[in-house]
Amino acid sequence: MGQIQLKQVTKSFGDVQVIPPLDLTIEDGEFTVFVGPSGCGKSTLLRLIAGLEDITTGHIEIDGKDATDLVPAKRGLAMVFQSYALYPHMSVRKNIAFPLRMAKMDPAEIDRRVNAAAEVLNLADYIDRRPGQLSGGQRQRVAIGRAIVREPSAFLFDEPLSNLDAALRVGMRMEISELHKKLATTMIYVTHDQVEAMTMADKIVVLQAGVIEQVGSPLELYRAPRNTFVAGFIGSPKMNLITGDEAAKHNATTIGIRPEHIDVVESGGAWTGTVGVAEHLGSDTFFHIHNTGLAEMLTVRAIGDVSLRHGDTIHLNPRTEEMHRFDADGLRIA
Amino acid sequence: MATKASRSAARLMMAPAVILLLGWMLVPLIMTLWFSFRVYLPLRGGDQGWAGFDNYIRFVTSSAFWPSVQTTLIIVLGVLAITVIFGILLALLLDQPMWGQGVVRILVIAPFFVMPTVSALVWKNMFMDPVNGLFAHLWRFFGAEPVSWLSDASLPAIVMIVSWQWLPFATLILLTAVQSLDSEQLEAAEMDGAPIVKRFWFIVLPHLSRAITIVILIQTIFLLAIFAEIFVTTGGAFGTRTLSYLIFQRVLESQNVGLGSAGGVYAIILANIVAIFLMRIVGKNLD
Repeated sequence: MGQIQLKQVTKSFGDVQVIPPLDLTIEDGEFTVFVGPSGCGKSTLLRLIAGLEDITTGHIEIDGKDATDLVPAKRGLAMVFQSYALYPHMSVRKNIAFPLRMAKMDPAEIDRRVNAAAEVLNLADYIDRRPGQLSGGQRQRVAIGRAIVREPSAFLFDEPLSNLDAALRVGMRMEISELHKKLATTMIYVTHDQVEAMTMADKIVVLQAGVIEQVGSPLELYRAPRNTFVAGFIGSPKMNLITGDEAAKHNATTIGIRPEHIDVVESGGAWTGTVGVAEHLGSDTFFHIHNTGLAEMLTVRAIGDVSLRHGDTIHLNPRTEEMHRFDADGLRIA
Repeated sequence: MATKASRSAARLMMAPAVILLLGWMLVPLIMTLWFSFRVYLPLRGGDQGWAGFDNYIRFVTSSAFWPSVQTTLIIVLGVLAITVIFGILLALLLDQPMWGQGVVRILVIAPFFVMPTVSALVWKNMFMDPVNGLFAHLWRFFGAEPVSWLSDASLPAIVMIVSWQWLPFATLILLTAVQSLDSEQLEAAEMDGAPIVKRFWFIVLPHLSRAITIVILIQTIFLLAIFAEIFVTTGGAFGTRTLSYLIFQRVLESQNVGLGSAGGVYAIILANIVAIFLMRIVGKNLD
């Protein structure tokens, strides 16, 4: 069980309201990702759910029971911190056993659970070492281990991968996803990296300045962003947002077209421009294009290695059926 | 710092400081060693030749020796216990956000800037005087008989004075240690279900252990040598004669430089034993 409901939750620090009234339901077993630029309130929201911060007004319900005034330990949630927050003077085994010891569990049961967690996370090799002797990825595993032994109703992850190098991050991303499949427990995951959000989430919550901009599955957000903020935030490289006359042609204030939805053609095409920076990744090529006559610079993704270089003229044809239209308030026009 | 030239230049430039420091230490040390083997009574005939180990034997067999060792230990351990325990509590208290934090922190550190002689005199005359002291007034206010601190409770009184001087030092070191604790660790422990006392015991205290060892090490070295506080309060009477005070009395009151020097050599050996012992603990604690 692990359904979490936020009802009209707000949070103020002094006179500054960082989270205006907010409603959100996280279903049992769901992998929910809070994503947004730094300072958008996503970590604060997670800490409110954890109980590490008191909410100013509103209610939090966990499994249908009011948890607004419960202390963190009583909410049945486990958290993995950005810095891992392992206890440096305890061995890995003691770190993992700590929450169970605090719960005054029977030592035999503690041993059983710690060994089971070590098995799941492959940390048996270094179970008697101290955190200082472990690598970043290993510490991350220990932190997750400390969370899973409690058998919580939901896991909270606060940017857990941001201290790891790129290769390790991809690996840990998969491990966390697999762990979710295996345990089928609710997980709430905070990140500023939209790639993590897209690859791991069942449900993405996009936040900006404490406000939920859109909630939906990764592909819903990709296919039908509700406003220009979500359109620009989800997808890599970023969606081209074009204003001015070109948008007016489509009866919109802003039109959005993803780099992968613009075709590079030999000649003709709707737009013509000069290649600025060309990023050749082998599988794809990203072109940054100037002098198209549009107000904004364009980014285009071509499949494979297209042999256009800096300064070359490029002909482009946007797929109009993939175009997103937004009104003067930045909201999507259906 | 790689080349030969820069290394020899560095040696040359450090030489004056090293020579000065060595001279400063070695000359008195060698003189102490020299006098400790002489019969040297400045007012009773001066230097009267070799004494062998007589001075050493006389110093430890005198009836004042073991009580002075005991007094030293009581003062050192008492002050250490008080400063460490209250230092931790004060550090935790000062770490809390509060109004006027900066001023309060400076006030807490203030006693450390008062000279030992001055603070001992202030305590003796202002607080502990059995007739006019503040404590006497307080006692009388509650209808109790004022305590004549420096004669009836001389050791606790001196421990109190010295603790008051050293508490700021302990607090300061422990406060910086408390502030260096990662707040996420405490939050993690909170989520793990550790109530506040257990968070202190399992997270804060182990984190402070290194700072506590350093406080103990530095304070022990200084506390073994306290002198002014005893000199201006009890003058070594009422069971407050420490080892260093005994040496002072042997040299200046009994005018027996040889005997005092032998005591000085014992004190050097004792201080070094303590230092080595503590260095090892610190070494084990620093990784």
